[in-house]
Amino acid sequence: MTAEPEFDLIRDSLDHCVKCTICESACPVAAVTPLFPGPKYVGPQAERFRGAGPSVDASLDYCSSCGICTLACPQGVHVAEINSRARAVMKQQKGMPLRDQLIARPPLQGKLGTPVAPLANFVLSNRFARLVAEKTLGIHRNAPVPRFAGRTFRSWARRQPAPATTGTRRVAYFHGCSTNYFEPGLGRKAVAVLAHNGCRVVLPRQECCGLPLQSNGIFDAARSYVRRLVAGLVPYARQGYTIVATSTSCGLMLKREAIEILGVEDDDLRVVSGQTYDICEFLAELHQAGELKTDFRPVPLTVTYHAPCQQQGHNIGKPALDLLGLIPGLTVIELDRTCCGIAGTYGLKREKYDIAMQVGSGLFGDIRAAQPDLAVCDSETCRWQITHGTGWTSVHPVEVLYRAYGLS
Amino acid sequence: MSEQPGPAAADVIVLGAGMAGLVAAVRLAEAGLRVVTVAKGYGSLRLAPATIDILGYAPGRVDSPAQALPGFAAAHPEHPYALISPAVLADSVQWLKEHVGTYAYAGDSSVNMLLPTALGVPRPSAVVPETMAGGDVRSLGPVLIAGFGVLKDFHPALAAENLQAATAAYGRTIEARPVLLNVPADGQADVGALALARRFEDAAFRGGVAAELRQAVRDEEAVGLPAVLGMDQARSVWTELQQAAGRPVFEIPTAVPPSVPGMRLARALQDRLRRAGGRVMLGAEATGPELRDGKLAGVRIRSAARVTPRACRWVVLATGGLASGGIEVDVSGTVSERALALPVQAPGPDQAGFGPGYLGDHPMETAGLRVDGSLRPVGPDGEPVYENVYAAGAVIGGARPWREKSGDGISLSTGYLAAEAILKEAG
Repeated sequence: MTAEPEFDLIRDSLDHCVKCTICESACPVAAVTPLFPGPKYVGPQAERFRGAGPSVDASLDYCSSCGICTLACPQGVHVAEINSRARAVMKQQKGMPLRDQLIARPPLQGKLGTPVAPLANFVLSNRFARLVAEKTLGIHRNAPVPRFAGRTFRSWARRQPAPATTGTRRVAYFHGCSTNYFEPGLGRKAVAVLAHNGCRVVLPRQECCGLPLQSNGIFDAARSYVRRLVAGLVPYARQGYTIVATSTSCGLMLKREAIEILGVEDDDLRVVSGQTYDICEFLAELHQAGELKTDFRPVPLTVTYHAPCQQQGHNIGKPALDLLGLIPGLTVIELDRTCCGIAGTYGLKREKYDIAMQVGSGLFGDIRAAQPDLAVCDSETCRWQITHGTGWTSVHPVEVLYRAYGLS
Repeated sequence: MSEQPGPAAADVIVLGAGMAGLVAAVRLAEAGLRVVTVAKGYGSLRLAPATIDILGYAPGRVDSPAQALPGFAAAHPEHPYALISPAVLADSVQWLKEHVGTYAYAGDSSVNMLLPTALGVPRPSAVVPETMAGGDVRSLGPVLIAGFGVLKDFHPALAAENLQAATAAYGRTIEARPVLLNVPADGQADVGALALARRFEDAAFRGGVAAELRQAVRDEEAVGLPAVLGMDQARSVWTELQQAAGRPVFEIPTAVPPSVPGMRLARALQDRLRRAGGRVMLGAEATGPELRDGKLAGVRIRSAARVTPRACRWVVLATGGLASGGIEVDVSGTVSERALALPVQAPGPDQAGFGPGYLGDHPMETAGLRVDGSLRPVGPDGEPVYENVYAAGAVIGGARPWREKSGDGISLSTGYLAAEAILKEAG
């Protein structure tokens, strides 16, 4: 691991830290709890004391990995990446809770839960079962967990006739775990929107990208997950397919985090990484090239838009706003909040649930005040957290586009 | 995706989100242009005390920037202020005052106030947040400098003693005495300015501080407090605290970052930008110009995983100077401009070494772009390198802002003027 050059570039960026504390001023976790002393303190500062010996500071575990510190840093210090790596070392030393092993493996959950979806959903929504899960596993009783769809996105896709589109733009759709097991409707709509815009969509063999493992500090397993995913995607990438993701955080894993946090260094990943697009990024670039269909029907709704922290990690601004802005009749309210709090699996944990809810409270308040018809957000766990925190229905931007195109 | 930029998604790409970039971006977006701001990180405005220093020293202390500037500009033809007319300066100040939301500003370019620093030294500044204006030592009477035991970045005893000594040197001694207020630290050994500012938004916390202040303050005294009186609701926190304490209260910027007043100002301008439909690409970086037939057709921008050409009609280059990385010096002493590789006016490698004294003038201080009358960077021939690129803020060379106390005025007025030049062309 230590011999891999990109790894060193990430760690060595701490020498650019001028202690300006801009990252501290941006951190949504340090703003609500003294348990986390802030990204500069546990990052570039504490990192200097980390070496072969024991981990120096347990407060590191309260970082939610939202990544805003890296985005905010004007000096180019990879604060969040340094912290993620240090936490992995710390958790190896201190032992990995069974809970973290479980919640970091969506495919395992999906394969166990899907065949018995009604039962699994009943258990997950049962107060007593959740109380037991909190006491035994440490998953907070109120934390937002998704419902199993019962029928996966892939099993739906297998039964579809070969698409009749004559489009020349070739897209390999990276749907990710949550679309497959929990929100297959999003996958259907994404494929329809892409096809409507002349894309020939294929579904490569794929499994989990390893992001939940990575954010829980289980790096070895995360590396093998992402390598397996890359092996399934790379034949398409090498043939010139664009890899389009609806899960913004999993797309970011391929673009950046597998390299910068996990230190995976290989040509296949580089090729896949360079060809990977978040779906709104992809569609907005189609529009810039004059190739996006704009045959939208009026959608007389008011929606809020929250760009999740992981979406901001793409460094592409907020292309969803440009797309939603094309829809006649739609009123879009841009919300200005860093993070909803959930940060993947962070807010599920018993000891972190209250922090996550406090981080999200500003966003929840904004949504309640706006009283929108829908709360739009690119990331699945954030949508679940928003619905949990506000009661509002939360959808992916593509679902609004699907409706505006009049597809069904 | 296509290698060539398609139809422009932006009219203007603004590079940088400090004072100069934000001012230009807000002005352009409010005029209806599609603006994309590309920011490597949050701008340095969040580290600044949020006072608008226009001209503090030239080299003696300046009482009226407006009166001093024509002579200063004539004596420094390479200085950015040589391009800024008194009218533009006054307009830009007025514009700022109208764009800071509830975080109101006082003063104008005609007079410098003298505000105490955290070390108690009176510092000239022309346009300042109303929450600070009461500290102007030209009219200040006896003062109680209050600090918090848990805030190690502000020492009231040091500030009070220095303020008394410094004003004695000016011939009008201000009686200043310190007090430490005890606020609950919630189990923390120390609390930063930012954490305190957030707590001041809580009415119960404010009430506790006000009660302590009432006990400590004497009838004739004003109260100076570190600038931690709230974040988003700073003005109402300050107003309420004055009423509750029964005495005038003013804020003193803390010396150690992050700067709470700087965050307030940055957030106020960012809020305006968002509401005007401006877009921000955070964490992205310009890697060079995108040329078509020798003309700038866009900017190459690095995001996660790749560099993408982004088309635009105009660019505002507001990436900052040496301190912010807009201008860079490598180990050989070669000076370069990082975003668009524009030619830099800088001392040669033979001059680039250390100056004679630690705090002495250094030739590298004035390194930066040379620009024409409409702020377009020029080459050695004095002609604009690109017809559609405008520079604003510290990336323009020729100033010594930390010595002159001129940085905010330069950034504000050049950001304002760069936008004006583009608006004229846009029609």
